[in-house]
Amino acid sequence: MIKDITLGQYFPGNSVVHRLDPRFKIIITMIYIAMLFISSSIFGLFVGGLFAFLALILSKIPFKLILKSLKPLIPILLFTSLFNLFFISGGDVYIEWAFIRVTEDGVNMTLYMAIRIIFLIIGSSLLTYTTSPITLTDAIEYLLSPLKKIKMPVHEFAMMMTIALRFIPTLIEETDKIMSAQKARGADFESGKVMQRIKALIPILIPLFVSAFRRAEDLALAMTCRCYHGGEGRTRLNQLKSGTKDYMATAITIMFLLSIIILNIFV
Amino acid sequence: MGIIKTENLTYTYSVGTPFEKKAIDNINLEIEEGELVGIIGHTGSGKSTLIQHFNGLLKPTSGRILIEGEDIWKSKASTRQARFTVGLVFQYPEYQIFEETVYRDIAFGPKNMGLTEDEIDYRVRNTATAVGISEELLQRSPFELSGGQKRRVAIAGVMAMEPKILILDEPTAGLDPKGREKILNLIKEHHKKTGCTVLIVSHSMEDIARYANKILVMNKSKVFCYGKTAEVFKRANEISEMGLTVPQITRVINELKNRGINIEDEIYTVKYAKEIFLKYLSEKEGGAYD
Amino acid sequence: MGNIIKTDDIHFYYENEYSVEEGVESPVKEILKGINLDINKGEFVAVLGHNGSGKSTFAKHLNAILLPKKGTVYIGDIDTKLEDRHFDIRQRVGMVFQNPDNQIVATVVEEDVAFALENLGVEPKEMRNRVDDALKAVDMYEYREHAPHQLSGGQKQRVAIAGVIAMRPECIVLDEPTAMLDPKGRQEVLKTIRMLNKNFGITIVAITHYMDEAAEADRVVVMDEGEVILDDIPKEVFSHVELLKSVGLDVPQVTELIYELNKYGLNIDKQIITEDECVEALMKILA
Repeated sequence: MIKDITLGQYFPGNSVVHRLDPRFKIIITMIYIAMLFISSSIFGLFVGGLFAFLALILSKIPFKLILKSLKPLIPILLFTSLFNLFFISGGDVYIEWAFIRVTEDGVNMTLYMAIRIIFLIIGSSLLTYTTSPITLTDAIEYLLSPLKKIKMPVHEFAMMMTIALRFIPTLIEETDKIMSAQKARGADFESGKVMQRIKALIPILIPLFVSAFRRAEDLALAMTCRCYHGGEGRTRLNQLKSGTKDYMATAITIMFLLSIIILNIFV
Repeated sequence: MGIIKTENLTYTYSVGTPFEKKAIDNINLEIEEGELVGIIGHTGSGKSTLIQHFNGLLKPTSGRILIEGEDIWKSKASTRQARFTVGLVFQYPEYQIFEETVYRDIAFGPKNMGLTEDEIDYRVRNTATAVGISEELLQRSPFELSGGQKRRVAIAGVMAMEPKILILDEPTAGLDPKGREKILNLIKEHHKKTGCTVLIVSHSMEDIARYANKILVMNKSKVFCYGKTAEVFKRANEISEMGLTVPQITRVINELKNRGINIEDEIYTVKYAKEIFLKYLSEKEGGAYD
Repeated sequence: MGNIIKTDDIHFYYENEYSVEEGVESPVKEILKGINLDINKGEFVAVLGHNGSGKSTFAKHLNAILLPKKGTVYIGDIDTKLEDRHFDIRQRVGMVFQNPDNQIVATVVEEDVAFALENLGVEPKEMRNRVDDALKAVDMYEYREHAPHQLSGGQKQRVAIAGVIAMRPECIVLDEPTAMLDPKGRQEVLKTIRMLNKNFGITIVAITHYMDEAAEADRVVVMDEGEVILDDIPKEVFSHVELLKSVGLDVPQVTELIYELNKYGLNIDKQIITEDECVEALMKILA
């Protein structure tokens, strides 16, 4: 059943990483990404990897979960790796067969890129695994708030995110119900050619859209009744709070970044 | 031999996870052809799970369902056949409407059955009339109709498939008294005219009492009882202890009996109660209220 | 005792609801045709009517979601036409709707309860107190960190009510709050409404088509075709069995039974709406 899909890759917990201020967590993740991108050698990457590894241990997120988050990326990883392997040339030639040439630089670059992508995914999944979508949205709103000055609809964007998160489970349940109802009327979603299958989706999609619009209308009315008038003068129940641990964590991250810069210069 | 028969039917949700739960537990039931059965029970008593087994939307974890004597999971073809033998109208069925016209929406089911154009046309017009949707509405968009009309179009969509067994999950949910009455009457009418077996799931014992000949009470994933309406109402006390509301009139009668008035105890409609009281009084006073 | 709501001959129609047939505009269909109603502080009023009787349209006038085309609605002494007072009005008269799913905004229960307060710019500390109080009042405090989709219909509806009472309103208007609930959910919501009325003195306007719910109110207003046709205490209103049936409404079963028996020349008090009263009355003639 569709209901079984887990949504929002958040895994509640009470580790140090979970308790960090989401704003700092986003900043730390950005610095971490910067680490991966500036390191000019594989050694630099390993320093970044060490950082992610430490964070992973502190977060108490099972390693299995991280591996799972990498699974959908395997095709992309394979594709880019093959691409790099065959088309980058330089240094010693290892294999040469017909038009295929594998060189030293090719192998190095392939390893380097693959590791970089893997570390990148590990770091960013760690962010979503340890931060609830709603606080993440709040933090993004806060960090982007300077953009409000140039009339960017930052609050509206965050509100939209919140409502989407709120209604995803509802709409999934609804899809399930509509599917059962149409099946009961003899609709067949499981057989036929591609075109037939796409056509078979119409009896699900139309009721789903109609219902989504109806819900949107209802919700807008309920929001008006509760004095919603955009982001102006709004306060929040749960204030984002930062403390020593957030500054410490950021300081440690910056130290890692510096060590990579130093590595870049000396290696 | 009943038209619906279940043998040790069990269904477990989320097998192998911490949320594992038996939604229905070892159900043995036989429903005879041509009955109008009311199904009552709490949310979570298993009644929705049960009815979704009857047309093969859910596959039992263990046990069997026989429709007209045939195991519906015997082959792919028999499962598909069950979809057409057993028509299922879900709660708030108007939310499944999708076609551009009322006509085409009612025709969706019959079309999936692979009927001829003529047969489809005949059935659509016939059922539309039966549910009180007039000819000129057939070419209109179903989304322009009133709530009650939409509901009737959705029910017609299943009725037009002419299932031998028609199951309706809370067909009157959210309607006002007039709308409720209209829907229940047209179901009763359909039952009378076609002689098909009808199962109605409802929270309203008042409605069930007035329309059903038999009642199935579900409680905690099991069948609490299944029998003639009058017999089931004899157990009104147990049913209220389950937290289900029995009709006001039944509660009044029970209280009167407790106070020593000697009247029948299977009274569940106002009409019937009136007759009983008048009879009681005329016996008491010698024919004054005949 | 004063009025919390006063409506003075209000008329309403939707602008776009006319049909153009061969160039002739037929007159607009009036949904409200002159409603005069005063609702007192602390009262529990049930508004009955079939679908399309105008009862929901009327409800939406009570917190300035709709404005009358003619006539005036006063909330306390504020005319709802004064746009700059709309937040005042909506804070005083909160509204709860039929569909429990479509009125919860946030992904966490307590954040949803805080939603109105956040909009009004209440200080976080004060807000925390009010949210906790509201959740305790509807007996949902232990669910404060749940996601809305994990709750039952009745629980969601109580969260929606908490979201309104966090504003500390004087009046709550509920538009068919139990229509989509199962009997258990209905009981939960009704109990909550009665409690808010009794213990907190909040004025309740409950729109419904369930007679047993209306029977528990202090006062029942029956609407039909955009007009008020009955306005009295429940006993009095339900004694008009024929009239109610003619406008597509029911009466409680016991009332109907007594009415039917009286037709046969029995002389029983017509104003019976509860089981106990019915049992007592029947004992008198049967025993």
